[in-house]
Amino acid sequence: MTVTDQEQAEQTAQATTEIEQPSPLRQFWSSFRENHGAVVGLFTIIIMIGIAFSADLIAPHDPNQQYRDFLLIPPMWQDGGNSQFIFGTDPIGRDMLSRLIHGSRFSLMIGAISVTLALFFGVTLGLAAGFFRGWVDNLIMRTVDIVMAFPALLLALAVVAILGPSLMNATIAIAIVALPQYIRITRAAVMGEAARDYVTASKTAGANTLRLMFITILPNAMAPIIVQATLGFSSAILDAAALGFLGLGAQPPTPEWGTMLATAREFIRRAWWVMTFPGMAILITVLAFNLMGDGLRDALDPRLKE
Amino acid sequence: MLTFLVRRLFLVIPTFVGVTLLAFALIHLIPGDPIDLIAGERVVSAERRVQLEAKFGLDKPLHQQYLIYMGHMLQGDLGDSIVARRPVVHEFFARFPATVELSVIAIFLAVIVGLPAGILAGVKRKSAFDHSVMAVSLTGYSMPIFWWALLLILLFSVNLGWTPVSGRIDVKFFFDRVTGFMLIDSLLSGQEGAFKSTVRHLILPSIVLATIPLAVIARMTRSSMVEVLTDDYIRTARAKGLSRLRIIDIHALRNALIPVVTVIGLQVSVALGGAILTETIFAWPGIGKWIIDSISRRDYPVIQGGVLMIAATVIVVNLLVDLLYGVINPRISHA
Amino acid sequence: MKNAKLCILTSLAVAVTAGMAALPTSSAAAKTLVYCSEANPEGFNPSLFTAGTTFDASSRQIYNRLVEFDRGTTNIVPALADSWEVSNNGTTYTFNLRSGIKWQSNDRFTPSRDFNADDIIFSFDRQRVDSHPFFNVSGGTYEYFQGMDMPSLIESVEKIDDLTVRFNLTRPEAPFIANLAMDFASIMSSEYADQMLAAGTPEIIDQEPIGTGPFRLVDFQPDAVIRYAAHEDYFRGKAPIDDLIFSITPDSSVRFAKLQAGECDVMPFPNPADLDAMRADPNINLLEAEGLNTGYLAFNTERAPFTDVRVRQALSMAINKQAIIDAVFQGSGVIAKNPIPPTIWSYNDAVEDYAFDPDAARALLAEAGFADGFSTNVWAMPVQRPYNPNAARMAELIQADWADVGVTAEIVSFEWGEYLRRSKDGEHDTVLLGWTGDNGDPDNFLAVLLGCSAAQDGTNRARWCHQPFEDLIQAAKRTADVAERTSLYEQAQVISKEEAPWVTIAHSRVFEPISSRVSDFRIDPFGGHVFYGVDIQE
Repeated sequence: MTVTDQEQAEQTAQATTEIEQPSPLRQFWSSFRENHGAVVGLFTIIIMIGIAFSADLIAPHDPNQQYRDFLLIPPMWQDGGNSQFIFGTDPIGRDMLSRLIHGSRFSLMIGAISVTLALFFGVTLGLAAGFFRGWVDNLIMRTVDIVMAFPALLLALAVVAILGPSLMNATIAIAIVALPQYIRITRAAVMGEAARDYVTASKTAGANTLRLMFITILPNAMAPIIVQATLGFSSAILDAAALGFLGLGAQPPTPEWGTMLATAREFIRRAWWVMTFPGMAILITVLAFNLMGDGLRDALDPRLKE
Repeated sequence: MLTFLVRRLFLVIPTFVGVTLLAFALIHLIPGDPIDLIAGERVVSAERRVQLEAKFGLDKPLHQQYLIYMGHMLQGDLGDSIVARRPVVHEFFARFPATVELSVIAIFLAVIVGLPAGILAGVKRKSAFDHSVMAVSLTGYSMPIFWWALLLILLFSVNLGWTPVSGRIDVKFFFDRVTGFMLIDSLLSGQEGAFKSTVRHLILPSIVLATIPLAVIARMTRSSMVEVLTDDYIRTARAKGLSRLRIIDIHALRNALIPVVTVIGLQVSVALGGAILTETIFAWPGIGKWIIDSISRRDYPVIQGGVLMIAATVIVVNLLVDLLYGVINPRISHA
Repeated sequence: MKNAKLCILTSLAVAVTAGMAALPTSSAAAKTLVYCSEANPEGFNPSLFTAGTTFDASSRQIYNRLVEFDRGTTNIVPALADSWEVSNNGTTYTFNLRSGIKWQSNDRFTPSRDFNADDIIFSFDRQRVDSHPFFNVSGGTYEYFQGMDMPSLIESVEKIDDLTVRFNLTRPEAPFIANLAMDFASIMSSEYADQMLAAGTPEIIDQEPIGTGPFRLVDFQPDAVIRYAAHEDYFRGKAPIDDLIFSITPDSSVRFAKLQAGECDVMPFPNPADLDAMRADPNINLLEAEGLNTGYLAFNTERAPFTDVRVRQALSMAINKQAIIDAVFQGSGVIAKNPIPPTIWSYNDAVEDYAFDPDAARALLAEAGFADGFSTNVWAMPVQRPYNPNAARMAELIQADWADVGVTAEIVSFEWGEYLRRSKDGEHDTVLLGWTGDNGDPDNFLAVLLGCSAAQDGTNRARWCHQPFEDLIQAAKRTADVAERTSLYEQAQVISKEEAPWVTIAHSRVFEPISSRVSDFRIDPFGGHVFYGVDIQE
């Protein structure tokens, strides 16, 4: 699917460039801007990043400070609430809002690190498979088939169990599970490009293999990879939350959102806020990345717009 | 067609062997072993440990264990569960129908809602309907599934009391398990209310499990429709004066469905994977929950056997999708 | 949709003509009790397994033992044995068996005789004699039998006549009778075993159990439901209820929802957070009792700085136990000051606990040379246990308390099996763990958890071997005189407090929310669930 999208996008993009010749970035922005959802997503992400960086400044409390006289205080607008704790407190008296604010750091970090890892290895392997073909391609793609025959969560679970439960190991596991996607997309895009005239021209001009791979082909095959990376961010955050929920993610007292949800499960009936807010935080963040990913896809593939 | 099938099956074999090897390696790389868990807070003495390792065949070198395992597998024997002390195959088939039933209903739900919604959204692009379908499906796609399940339980089961909280059927019903599929067995039993109870128990878990496939199918169908509707031949058809409805019906739909079938096939493996979380939350007695429990108990034969059976199911479903693909897309010839 | 329905109906017709008629439901008059159990049982032979869930599903409903615990207490009463005599040197136990006890039957097996001495011999020899034809059946792991040291303790089991058996022991062992009341000592039918062995399917006796107990197994669907029917000829009289159903429900908040919805009548292990809501519900009776358990934090006394008793004492003083009771147990526990819970005889109430006092703790640490504190770790279990409903949360509280006296503790957690093994091998600085009593004997706590041989084999997670303490508990094991044993154990508790190998944290209270229709349910101090004697109003 992506291959055809990509090819079409290229064709259309080239066609447009020949006629109007505006800067590609500006052209991208003007079409991205049209998608209101994508803009909302982008701004949400920017705000999230802002929150994550200034967590120490804006969080009203230390996220690990236990106020033992204030266990399970409801949000301030409810009966029994306390204006000191806007979103209430958790079972050992920590401020929910501060933990949520600090939690944004972990979610964004998990996303960033796992996407970077998966991007680096996935693109390299996909490039190799698509460029060299033959046994290299076979070896890589058969391995991809094998990995993809496992349910992703199960594989991530096994990897974390091997490495030991921690935030970093969960991030690595998520990157490993996401790898096949990047490999496949890169390979497909590279194969689409490799047959093009400009590649042949470059080859005849005597460009060496590495130059061909990374400088000639890769930049032109980047669009679907960028889209995948954005969407990969959101699935990384979701996977991390699922691992945290199963007790294999961040370890206490780290205020990671999925881990917060796992410990909140027993309070589902008694203290709704302990469970609701971390879930909302995850949903909003993931939604923002998906919105932006959608916008990127549309902007990079003008054919799907009118 | 036949040669294609044979060739595909031939390609499946190395993949499957790879799956067994990877599963075996992963399982044995996980630290700890079942013997640690047998005694709980009390401990197994060193000499007892040696005896137990011999009993479970864990004393041999790993490559030998693997070869023995493969040898047994070829004879259809996946070993005995260390926890339940029963054949893994037997334990698997006691639970597999529950997972299949849930996954099939969830995919069915996702298709009957997602497909029409996607088609309509694609046809009425930029309408309010289109925007709301896209907004809802993107939200569903972004949902942390376990959280979504808990919210639904809290609302529908706990607060409103509309649906049962967990399980497959009210325990007051007791009948023979003829097929293992509760929907069919409850009808076969002829007991009043049994079928209704089964359906009520299926509602929440299947909604939860259908959420992501539904979102994906709706989005995919929409973009596929949009793509096809802007294709040259449709413009031609339109120019020829064919009615809009007829164009959508015959030309667009058929072509738009091709990528959608692949996506639906992929969603089957997504549903099988998603069943792990869903089954854990709804106490659904299927293989997802069984494998998770077995991982924490280091029940090697069960993890190994369960993973292989899931992988085999995924491979078979993908094969079917490829065949179906050929049927609806005449441009691809399998000869 | 209509077509699909039609299709199903057609297949229904086909199936019915094929003669696969379903079983009729039990009559409306039958009394059914539904118990929402917390997990899938491992199997139905209690001697093969160690989980309480398995015992609930097997030994406690289907089987009997020579002697048993009186329902709801830790008192030993006669069961399959009418009476018994112990020789003067304490090494020979002779049991007189009750006559006329009927075995249950199922599709495969109809008993031709009553229970007799052969069944006793079979049940013990299967676990004891490695040449026994059943020794290796179903994996053949008898970890409780092993764990209670039975193989080296029992020299032989002899049949004197059909209704008399004799156990010859290798040494006097005061807790022996209590051990025979434990689940692993359940008695199975040797006639059934012989028949299944002859049929080439010996493992069937562990999967389709035949016992003498109050309920017989009717059906088992893994991870979903277990069905029992009352054993009509039970020797103590048929159970008041006719059908017993275990509806397997792992999540405790889900169990509570089912209890509220009337989908079950009894549920185990409620969430501490839900207790207030249960008390407020007029259709639910919340029963509670003292638990037979202790949750503790063990210092690794082989590692510096915990070799220094002052450090152990100081860190004991630094922990605010009341905060733990409030936040972790939500009030469903009591502060522990001794390694054994107050429900066990010989509990020494005169022992005084370390009061929560950060200043004194800091002073004591300074005296020990740690005025600036030190770095260590706290291991937190990944699983929920009656003695510790949330170890991670407990560890977070302890971490904060110790930080207050200058000690930096990192929280460490492993997967459960790994956790057990590594803590057994002494890789921890301090570890959270606990114990639930097996037989109500103080030896089962003090020797198993703090004795010198336990420090060798690992159940003693403090790795603490202190001769004065060891002498007391060994002396107590050799005497049958309860008054003398009591005094020895009381002294032992004083020493264990002074030496502080553990921070004794809490004894949990056991809660059992039951439907108000249920009567005469009694909480089992061992954490089990016994449904004989329980009744339900329609």
